[in-house]
Amino acid sequence: MTRLTVPKTYKLYIGGKFPRSESGRTYEVATKKGVFLANASLASRKDARDAVVAARAAVSGWSGATGYNRGQVLYRIAELLEGRREQFIDELMATEALSKAAATTQVDTAIDAWVWYAGWADKYVQVAGNGNPVSGPYFNLSTPEPSGVIAIVAPQDSSSLLGLVSVIAPALVSGNTVVVVAHQGAPLSAISFSEVLATSDVPGGVVNILTGSPAEIAPWLASHADVNGLDLAGAEQLEWVDLQIAAADTLKRVSGPVVGVPAPSVERIVQWTETKTVWHTKSLI
Amino acid sequence: MTENDKALSVKAPSFLDYAPAPESTSVLHLKKHYGLFIDGEFVDGRGDAFTTISPATEKEIASISNANNADVDVAVAAARKAYDRTWSKLSGADRGKYLFRIARLVQERARELAVAESLDNGKPIKESRDVDIPLVAAWFFYYAGWADKLDYAGLGPNPQSLGVAAQVIPWNFPLLMLAWKIAPALAAGNTVVIKPAETTPLSAMIFAEILQQADLPKGVVNIITGAGDTGQALVNHPDVNKVAFTGSTGVGRAIAKSIAGSGKKVTLELGGKNANIVFDDAPMDQAIEGIVNGIFFNQGHVCCAGSRLLVQENVHDEVVDRLKARLSTLRMGDPLDKNTDIGAINSKAQLDRIRELSNVGEAEGAERWTADCAIPENGFWFAPTIFTNVSTSSRIAREEVFGPVLSVLTFRTPAEAIAKANNTPYGLSAGIWSEKGSRVLAVADKLRAGVIWANTFNRFDPASPFGGYKESGYGREGGRHGLAAYLESAGWAAPAVTKGGKK
Repeated sequence: MTRLTVPKTYKLYIGGKFPRSESGRTYEVATKKGVFLANASLASRKDARDAVVAARAAVSGWSGATGYNRGQVLYRIAELLEGRREQFIDELMATEALSKAAATTQVDTAIDAWVWYAGWADKYVQVAGNGNPVSGPYFNLSTPEPSGVIAIVAPQDSSSLLGLVSVIAPALVSGNTVVVVAHQGAPLSAISFSEVLATSDVPGGVVNILTGSPAEIAPWLASHADVNGLDLAGAEQLEWVDLQIAAADTLKRVSGPVVGVPAPSVERIVQWTETKTVWHTKSLI
Repeated sequence: MTENDKALSVKAPSFLDYAPAPESTSVLHLKKHYGLFIDGEFVDGRGDAFTTISPATEKEIASISNANNADVDVAVAAARKAYDRTWSKLSGADRGKYLFRIARLVQERARELAVAESLDNGKPIKESRDVDIPLVAAWFFYYAGWADKLDYAGLGPNPQSLGVAAQVIPWNFPLLMLAWKIAPALAAGNTVVIKPAETTPLSAMIFAEILQQADLPKGVVNIITGAGDTGQALVNHPDVNKVAFTGSTGVGRAIAKSIAGSGKKVTLELGGKNANIVFDDAPMDQAIEGIVNGIFFNQGHVCCAGSRLLVQENVHDEVVDRLKARLSTLRMGDPLDKNTDIGAINSKAQLDRIRELSNVGEAEGAERWTADCAIPENGFWFAPTIFTNVSTSSRIAREEVFGPVLSVLTFRTPAEAIAKANNTPYGLSAGIWSEKGSRVLAVADKLRAGVIWANTFNRFDPASPFGGYKESGYGREGGRHGLAAYLESAGWAAPAVTKGGKK
């Protein structure tokens, strides 16, 4: 007798918890052939705002952690993802109609991206900052600091897991917190990934994942006054110029749409940082 | 009774009464009219010419051409041609040599530039002579050396210039802002169209003559004068690759909107409402001088001015009393007088804004104190003013006054000081005054501001990045970071998408 499977309920991930959308809405996620997989939460404006509140609350703790500590926490994500490798491969094969080899490559690349970014947490400051030889009795140092809360539209073309990782990992390295709208058509790996986050050492609120329609949610994030940066990586099919215009109201830092999945780069870390320059007056001796 | 006796009977002379010591204007060789500087030549603008005046006397200095949209087109085309045909083909070493030449020519003509700047802007000659113009030369000298060392700018090997840079600068440090914009742009290999502020075009016109003396290839730097609509046409021009703006947050916001989707790289240096935090263990003599320098330097027309003084409660009265005593010794008047500490407000419009916000401050319950100094008959003047008993919600504690007006607030604990300092949509600069080094470091870590001065204020250096957090803008000017704002790494340029279509 074959065993009856126990399907998972996919919900949102906000503030370290798994709420349903406050709107009560869901949308059907199916395989490419149309076989029903799950009812994912269709996040609303209120969910987006709740996620920003959670992300803001998490900024001081996450950005206040040492680079070494953040690096270990990010590396821990890679460890846990490795442990659930098979689960993600199966999920990607179902949702993206990938071959086993292609799904494996995507999961492995995502794991390796975490390892690569984890290593930057206690180094990027040395690369992006420097001492400044000013003319006068001052000790002058420029260091990058996280911008704060970054709202992200994850890549929507393909590679739902790798796309998500490629945009959230660089923002987390310096101590930003994120609100990310997952791949609309293939959101399941994003929610499964939030289970990885919830069981890793990433504090609640550091990563908040919304599923649903980027076209519906992104405008609220773009105009939200408590968001510091807007990553439009996956917004190519949206009215992204309007999103950029909305973001200008509070002079958010904006990164434009990219084709495919952004490659790992130190520029993606530095773009969500602010350079702070401190002049310390030397005393007379 | 002679005239002299009359004067003495009005006010007894004190050791603070200085005989006038005006800087001579004979060093200036001004023209009656200045054209636009396009493609290496002065040409007349097609808009209606305007007049630049001295804000200290309201006397006309010169007539200035006004660039309309067609002029902007011509200027951008000249910059594009120079980029394609000369500047991008030149070696870094040769670009550097031109910048070194410019630095030297600025030094040679420093006095002339300083007098022109004080005449046109209203700032005291001691500031234009000892701060503005020396920094202009230093800026060109610093970036000159970068031109053949771009591989070390932190963007990987062979970083690429962007193309034509559209630059719009404010009236508070006219020539210094021009240097902040032009020097890194040229070092990185870009060409430039720059628009000085409407009220302060004079020093830029002399700078254009310096470019001719330096024999800079024509079209590499184009200087177009005009008002806001000229600037708007420039930043929105489709053949511009980089926009750099220094000015108000309102205009910065409008620029960010208007160029959304264009793929133009942007640097915005905008407003601030910057906290200057004085702890009870501060080196008090230096702190008083630093507070005065922080807000009354350049009549407070400084985006990074320390306009919100946060004083620890137990030293509030001492600090305020000493500030009043110090401000009472400042001399306000003729900007060209070498003894002048406080010059003229740059324009009638700015004076009106300062007056309006000061009146609002009083109406909202703050206590106003104004230094007792004689106001000259003509020109635009505002005596140094301190508001005490200011609440955090008051407009003078939240909005940028951009004038010689200091709002004083108090705090009890470092945590309260940090919370109050960060309680603003801006994040440009901050000051910390304390003899306790460990406290200074801890507080500096927590402040959300791009430039922090510990036991000093308003220091600038070409090697030091400058720029804000939050609504004070983005991007940095100065140092290696300021150079990177005009470059793109060879690998990073790739997958941008613009409004026109996918690449």
